[in-house]
Amino acid sequence: MELLSFGDKGWGDEMVRAALMTLAVATASFALGLVLGSGVAALRLARSSALRGIGETYTTVLRAIPDLLIIYLLFFGSSQAMQWVAGWFGYHGYLELSPFMIGTIAIGFVSAAFSGEVIRGAVQAVPRGQIEAAKACGMPTWLRFRRILVPQVARYALPGLGNVWQVTLKETSLISVVGLVEIMRQASVAAGSTRQPFTFYAVAAVLYLVLTAGSNRMFGLADRWANRGVRRA
Amino acid sequence: MDFALMWESLPKVLAGAGMTFQLTFAALALGFVLACLIASASLSKSKLISVPADTYVYLFRSTPLLVQIFLIYYGLGQFQDVRSSIFWPFLREPFACAVLALTLNTGAYTAEIIKGGIRSVPWGQVEAARACGMSGLLLYRRILFPIAFRQALPGYGNEIILMIKASSLASTITLLEITGIARVIIADTFRPVELFIVAGSIYLAINAVLSRGVRMLELHLSPQLKDTLDTEQQRQRTAVIAR
Repeated sequence: MELLSFGDKGWGDEMVRAALMTLAVATASFALGLVLGSGVAALRLARSSALRGIGETYTTVLRAIPDLLIIYLLFFGSSQAMQWVAGWFGYHGYLELSPFMIGTIAIGFVSAAFSGEVIRGAVQAVPRGQIEAAKACGMPTWLRFRRILVPQVARYALPGLGNVWQVTLKETSLISVVGLVEIMRQASVAAGSTRQPFTFYAVAAVLYLVLTAGSNRMFGLADRWANRGVRRA
Repeated sequence: MDFALMWESLPKVLAGAGMTFQLTFAALALGFVLACLIASASLSKSKLISVPADTYVYLFRSTPLLVQIFLIYYGLGQFQDVRSSIFWPFLREPFACAVLALTLNTGAYTAEIIKGGIRSVPWGQVEAARACGMSGLLLYRRILFPIAFRQALPGYGNEIILMIKASSLASTITLLEITGIARVIIADTFRPVELFIVAGSIYLAINAVLSRGVRMLELHLSPQLKDTLDTEQQRQRTAVIAR
């Protein structure tokens, strides 16, 4: 227990800080995934079959390839790619992404494939008649989007997005391979220096459990809030 | 783009597919047995049996697989008792540890899928079977299992693909499956994009074949779905165009 105390002797404060880092990188990836995922959903619902094909290819590919491979691609390849692009603009110095950015981008792109599917399903769940009714009331596209589509899509998508969040949160553990000091990395470091791997990986498991349980509750509350006007049998 | 390198490394990376399959299918097979036990425990009327099963599922579903792998591979060696036990020759091996972790993990997810399948069987069918005099195993074999299996198949297909992806984590404990080999070659040649394309296409091909296979099995088991699926796709297409 002394090992987990706060301060210089124990690893308690380090582990808590690492948990906050996990939360930060998970939030950033999830947010990136939502933005990209909305784009993917828009592509998959597009009128042009070419755009639909692009959206479908994106989801198929990103869902079939392991995230670890994508993280390795960015880890080894991102600085090359950035220097290549910067070369066009006449900059020839060394460039690299921080582990945080690599993790956020890699997990965010994967998360986009999953949340894209959830958002697409939610858009399709909005009854067509409502869009027609809004058109009949003379609402222009943007207003229709903001007043009719978005509030309902948010409500339908919430449970699915809750699942995507859980998966994203757990996937951030993979970023430890590129050296970002989040829960897994910190646990490895502590395990290495104290020779007590079981203790620290068990602590890591408990921290993840707390994060998933806590965020699950938040999504439950959000779901209640979003459905406050809905009558249930 | 270095096509020569891609062509050259394709057989090397492909050789890792064997390890990927071994890990995945060993874990899926063992995990399925485990999942059946957990699902039946979880559906039991006695709280004494169902609560531990539910706790197991909850714990394994809310922690990352990487933690589970590390706990087993690195963590268990911390205890002298484990190191002197008869299991140590197994638990020392990365392959056995990876299979064990993947099994425990997929067991929890598959148990939920099986539970959902069994719950979806309409109660009237069970009553009808009982009225015909079926009970116990016969009821299970003839009514519950076939219906539940069909219901659970799409979810289980997803789980198979997730396991193929999850087996890539075994590379973190030194196993050389597809991702592990790709990483080694990237570190040697520093050609991440080429190797990513090679390894990624192998995963893509494996998953495409597997999901196709599951889909065919689904249609084979419930041929009546074919028409509804076609009309469902038709409906979605017209809905997309009308929007």
